[in-house]
Amino acid sequence: MATDVIHGSKAVAEAVKLCDVDVIAAYPITPQTRISESLAKFAATGAIRAEYIKVESEHSAMSACIGASATGARTFTATSSQGLAYMFELLFVASGMRLPIVMANANRALSAPLNIWNDQQDSVSARDCGWIQIYVETNQEALDSVIQAYRISENHEILIPSMVCLDGYVLTHTMEPVDIPEQDLIEKYLPPFKPALSLDPDSPITLGAFANPSTYMEFRYEQQKAIERSFKAIEAAGKEYGKLTGREYGLLEEYNLDDAEIVLITMGSLAGTVKETLASLNDRRIGLLRVRAFRPFPKDDVRRLLKDVDKVAVIEKDISVGLGEGALFSEIKSSLYGLDSQPSMAGFIAGLGGRDVTPEDIAGVVKKVEKGFEGTGWVGLK
Amino acid sequence: MVTLGGHIKETGSTTKTKTGGWRTFKPVIHMDKCVDCGCCWIFCPDMSILRKDGEYSVDLEYCKGCGICSRECPTGAIEMVLEEK
Repeated sequence: MATDVIHGSKAVAEAVKLCDVDVIAAYPITPQTRISESLAKFAATGAIRAEYIKVESEHSAMSACIGASATGARTFTATSSQGLAYMFELLFVASGMRLPIVMANANRALSAPLNIWNDQQDSVSARDCGWIQIYVETNQEALDSVIQAYRISENHEILIPSMVCLDGYVLTHTMEPVDIPEQDLIEKYLPPFKPALSLDPDSPITLGAFANPSTYMEFRYEQQKAIERSFKAIEAAGKEYGKLTGREYGLLEEYNLDDAEIVLITMGSLAGTVKETLASLNDRRIGLLRVRAFRPFPKDDVRRLLKDVDKVAVIEKDISVGLGEGALFSEIKSSLYGLDSQPSMAGFIAGLGGRDVTPEDIAGVVKKVEKGFEGTGWVGLK
Repeated sequence: MVTLGGHIKETGSTTKTKTGGWRTFKPVIHMDKCVDCGCCWIFCPDMSILRKDGEYSVDLEYCKGCGICSRECPTGAIEMVLEEK
């Protein structure tokens, strides 16, 4: 195992290299560009054997991935913000055709006004597309999660595409020490892709065909059942990965929860800031629950972990405009629905469009919640 | 039947969906003007122009009445006629 100090983008590219991907189709967009640039360089210099398809848009990138995956190729793409929005209709096609494509999304705010900095509105808005969504905290986790994503998605019990979401700039453009596992270790962990179905001229089949009202609902039901099976697969993939590398992952990360009366909840790199804040507050009554899998959403585990807690505060970088709260807050409330005694709940919108969320901001949230704040609030709003 | 991702193993199943009912105008071929160039047969996106021994006809079970054959015919031998029921 070699340790290198690299950007999150490079960590993703190194993971794709380790996974021996067959086809990469990507279109550059800030702050994802360094992922596709690194992969293009790998392909051009023969460091990977993947075919790199230069496409004219993200719509085409996902279309090319769908076509490639349908022929039985292990496939990768990366995008961000407007690019993910441009892929939107194909996201449903990929998941509906049950193709185990893996994508990295460098989380970025959406226009208008034009903004290239980090928040999580892009992938959170794509939560109902039938993809697995993993939000990572560190560059190391970005590398590890891409590798695990192939193992989860390609499982024949599942066959659901995966999106690994890493915060733009905060991770993509920030250097961190990252352990890069040895190739033979990953070969052991991730066997070659065996497609459940593939296009073959000698034995033709039709993929992604037509379903009328008498069958369509059942396909959607099957998708839901398949993604439910991925709860166990995500946990198993994280545990198995831990055995090989010493880094174990799950659906949720529990931090200082044993005696916690107040639990902060967030996704992605913001968890690092929360951990720093909690370490300096040094108060065992305050803990963190980091949501790693946003889809499938681990409702039952959230309910189990929060049912005896006094206060819950969600801090997130997205807003459902019109509802006035973030999607994660809605999911947490829905997870706790019907409990005899519910914790008091607060949801905070923070860091939209790349505004810094500082340890002081987190400490401010804690203070507010301690004083009994409930409902929705904004952090750092001018 | 619910198959994985909606795949269909038996090929040619689209022939079961008869699309002729979508039509508003139908092509009528005037063979006296036909020069057997095959343009209509080449351009028809639904393979609904039937060509046999220099004779042309239309497969009305699948022809959607798009009129491409009529537009492409160099001698104006194909007339689009309003369907009346």
